[in-house]
Amino acid sequence: MRNLRIVGAIFAKDLRVEWRHRETLVSMCVFGLLMVFLFNFAFEPAGEEALRLLPGLLWIAFAFAGILGFNRSAAAELENSCLEGMALAPIDPGLIYLGKMLANLFFLLIAEAVVVFAVSLWYNFSFLPSIKWFALTVFLGTLGYVAVGTIFGAVSANTRMREVMLPVLQFPVAVPVFIAGIEATTGALRGSPPAEYASWLRLLIGFSVVFLVLSYLLFEYVLEE
Amino acid sequence: MGNKTFPLTLHLLLTLVWVFVALYMIFQYAPEETTMGEVQRIFYIHVSSAWTAFLAYFLVFVGSVGYLWKRAPFADDLAQASSEVGLVFCTCVLVTGPLWAKPVWGIWWTWDARLTSTFVLWLLFIAYLMLRSYVLNPGRTEVMAAVVGIIGFVDVPIVYMSIRWWRTQHPQPVIAGGEGSGLDAAMWITLLVTWGAFLCLFSYLLRQRLWLAEGRREARRLRQGLALQTSRE
Repeated sequence: MRNLRIVGAIFAKDLRVEWRHRETLVSMCVFGLLMVFLFNFAFEPAGEEALRLLPGLLWIAFAFAGILGFNRSAAAELENSCLEGMALAPIDPGLIYLGKMLANLFFLLIAEAVVVFAVSLWYNFSFLPSIKWFALTVFLGTLGYVAVGTIFGAVSANTRMREVMLPVLQFPVAVPVFIAGIEATTGALRGSPPAEYASWLRLLIGFSVVFLVLSYLLFEYVLEE
Repeated sequence: MGNKTFPLTLHLLLTLVWVFVALYMIFQYAPEETTMGEVQRIFYIHVSSAWTAFLAYFLVFVGSVGYLWKRAPFADDLAQASSEVGLVFCTCVLVTGPLWAKPVWGIWWTWDARLTSTFVLWLLFIAYLMLRSYVLNPGRTEVMAAVVGIIGFVDVPIVYMSIRWWRTQHPQPVIAGGEGSGLDAAMWITLLVTWGAFLCLFSYLLRQRLWLAEGRREARRLRQGLALQTSRE
């Protein structure tokens, strides 16, 4: 119960910080929109083509928007030695990870909603018929992506050139999320029966569980000074 | 480093001899493959490098866990040395692979499970080494690298599984027979001898690298001791 309160407090703190300067979320959304905008010239997704291109396009936009968010989330903690402050608190460091992970998840999901809305508007594509399974797929994929992104954000915050270091770490490790996410999204958007792509959803769940647990255990070492 | 019982020069000599034996066996002893012909001989080098690269990544994992657990500098040295040498072998896999694939499959590359996961492994080696040289506070390098080493190691099997499922849902572009479908006894022997030569080379490079890391630490220690002494005077 106490642990839940701690995670909630860190989550609320990140939300409050974000509410006060509104930098991370705005930049994530704008960046996502710009990607959708540029993809339009690169691929001209329309009609049948749209169904083939959209899943990949969406996940690439999500991936880059996420990188932006994880970088900011970790960099913000470096100002005024916030991270040391949290590390000194008499709590399990894994809980700090969970709180920050939830905040990252929350921001990325909002940015993704904005991107999806822009896609449906600009590409004249309706997500409504498949919204339930599409949303579930995006949620599970994002969870796995954020699970690794949060710890890698904290790792690369300790490096020079962290803007480069984070994607270099994140993208190869997140390959299963892309594959499973894109496959399941394709299935969902085509309106196939969920049983056909259930194995991909299971993979996303497995990936999330493995890396949530692993990062929870390892975060202690990232924090120590 | 056990330099007395088995000196590095002797190790180098053994490696050279073994590599020559392996080369002889690859080109003279091993029989020619019926469908692929001479080009199949690259197989011995390709597979040996792949196995060695996987072993190297396993050692990175062992070193990383060992460091986080015991904080022994040697464990971190092992992880670093193994990642550097492993990258060389992993690169060797990715170079010999396309060279073999082009004449046999007709294409340089295909996104099949094994190719892609080896490629991801290669990217992880690069990311790991980049991280090691970019960490701001030098005292934190070991821990950061260990965390990434462990996450990367857990990731590789998941990548492999996901790509295998991905590919089985699509028609394979080209599949060569050969691999895995029963190897001639002489081919097996040649492969094992070649792998032995590669392991010998790998362990030689690893020991060289560990020796260097130890020397560096010793130099740092001496420098600190000297600075302390001069400050006292």
